[in-house]
Amino acid sequence: MLETTAMSARVEDKVAHDRDRREQRLDGLFRRVVMACALFVLVALLGAALSMLWGGKEAFQTFGPSFVWSTDWDAVNHKFGALVPIYGTLVTAAIAMVIAVPVSFGIALFLTEIAPGWLRGPVSAAIELLAGIPSIIYGMWGLFVFVPFLAENVYPWLDAHAGALPLVGPMFQGPPIGLGMLTAGIVLAIMVIPFISSVMREVFNTVPAPLKESAYAVGNTTWEVVWDIVLPYTRTAVVGGIFLGLGRALGETMAVTFVLGNAHQLSLSLLEPGNSIAATIANEFTEADSPVYISSLIALGFLLFVVTFIVLAIARLMLSRLSRQAGSHA
Amino acid sequence: MTRWQRRQAKNLVAKLLAGLATLFGLFWLVWILWTTLSKGLPALKPSLFTQMTPPPGSDGGMLNAFAGSIVMSAIAIALGTPIGIAAGTFLAEYARHTRLGAVIRFVNDILLSAPSIIIGLFVYELVVRQMGHFSALAGSIALAFIVLPVVVRTTDEMLQLVPPAMREAALALGIPQRKMVRQVLYRASMSGIITGVLLALARISGETAPLLFTALNNQYWSNNLLGPMANVPVVVFQFAMSPYEYWHALAWAGAFIVTLLVLALGLVSRGLLLPRRSST
Repeated sequence: MLETTAMSARVEDKVAHDRDRREQRLDGLFRRVVMACALFVLVALLGAALSMLWGGKEAFQTFGPSFVWSTDWDAVNHKFGALVPIYGTLVTAAIAMVIAVPVSFGIALFLTEIAPGWLRGPVSAAIELLAGIPSIIYGMWGLFVFVPFLAENVYPWLDAHAGALPLVGPMFQGPPIGLGMLTAGIVLAIMVIPFISSVMREVFNTVPAPLKESAYAVGNTTWEVVWDIVLPYTRTAVVGGIFLGLGRALGETMAVTFVLGNAHQLSLSLLEPGNSIAATIANEFTEADSPVYISSLIALGFLLFVVTFIVLAIARLMLSRLSRQAGSHA
Repeated sequence: MTRWQRRQAKNLVAKLLAGLATLFGLFWLVWILWTTLSKGLPALKPSLFTQMTPPPGSDGGMLNAFAGSIVMSAIAIALGTPIGIAAGTFLAEYARHTRLGAVIRFVNDILLSAPSIIIGLFVYELVVRQMGHFSALAGSIALAFIVLPVVVRTTDEMLQLVPPAMREAALALGIPQRKMVRQVLYRASMSGIITGVLLALARISGETAPLLFTALNNQYWSNNLLGPMANVPVVVFQFAMSPYEYWHALAWAGAFIVTLLVLALGLVSRGLLLPRRSST
């Protein structure tokens, strides 16, 4: 009797022990599976970079480094260069930032310091709606509504008045067709405003209230508090938010494809149609008829990838510095 | 003007400009939504959902495009969600304060805002070139790469919101860690994770660039996942760029439905998330 109890206790011990080991093994397996999935994210980004480098290899080999600064784009003679799309990408993104940064700052200022409490929620939700609209809708609205509007009402005036100015004049001379760098820049600005303004609004809200209150208490105006207290306090994150918007503007495809005009030319005028990296790829990829043509387009994609990676990496580093800062204050 | 008046005037101008900037932002929202509504609504008719995309100049609908978009989105969600939830689990539960976790989070954030056309080129190299032709499967994989970072990010954030006491209570009862994660943590953060999936769905419903040279387009109905398949964004793009008035109307109808869907998904996910935020 005594023996059997001891034995069954031993058996139970063994069962429990086996179960523990099985559970441990399965726990380890679970951990490895979720880790593999997380590593897959790393592999995806690396894979994207390598596959585009591989796909663009032929173009880089054929044209050498001059691919980056050559203005050729000749499908018949198989000569390709990236300067025109690079120029278009940079110019449209620059126009977008010139418009979007001050506007976003104004929106963030309004939503954090000026608007009454009941207005803040609805207005910020509405601004964020802009970020949710698919980019193809921006493109269609741009092509069918905004372009004709600009061509009829704004660009003829710009051409006549701003075009006559010294220095900046040549930037505003051109046929008032509505398509072009300036239009694309404005549409891009509208698209990135919600991203930049929501980052600014969030980081403005991280400024400790006592800091602002003491500034108000010694008689500062709202503007002085924002300019001298809030902005210096959040400077890195604000720059991070701007870079986040810049990353979006550089890589935006569909909206730009609609309104940029798809003209492979280098022009100083912002009213002339042009081309950007993303729009060139979207327009021409399925029409590319030779391996070196396809390879050149993928090489363009690789250049875009490198530039946006750098811009977005800077953005994330600057934003993460703020979250650590905010964490230490909390 | 005294110094005091100057400061007050400056303040007033700044406030005025900030208000104008906000109106400027809202102005575009209203204009764009109004355009989509006023051009899309008249173009809506039953034949949109019963007929295939037409050849140039004739009447038709977008049935094949809607079906293709639904199929590809479903596959993309089915591929991207499990991997995304698993990766988010790893970040929140196994690598919260580790260097590897920080690196993966950083890369995921970059993937989150990377231009979608680059995803298209990547999948073109990865799938289309290997298979030798465009396919719905390639389109789904491209969309899955857009779903992935969204789900990783929300899962990670939502799991981090679960109080440590819940984990400790479960583990103290002797529950193995994987069961604790699945039966306690996933349940506690269910609405947040679903929100992430809905947000991802909203993002891919309007994505055009990654489909242009993966799924391509198809004028006819297709049940073949290994061949090109019609989808709403690419059809809208092609029809909008065409010179035919009738195609423009179809494009506006498609654009209207996509916008409606995306905004509705946004509202639903907001509704799912709000009660959570107020309770924590």
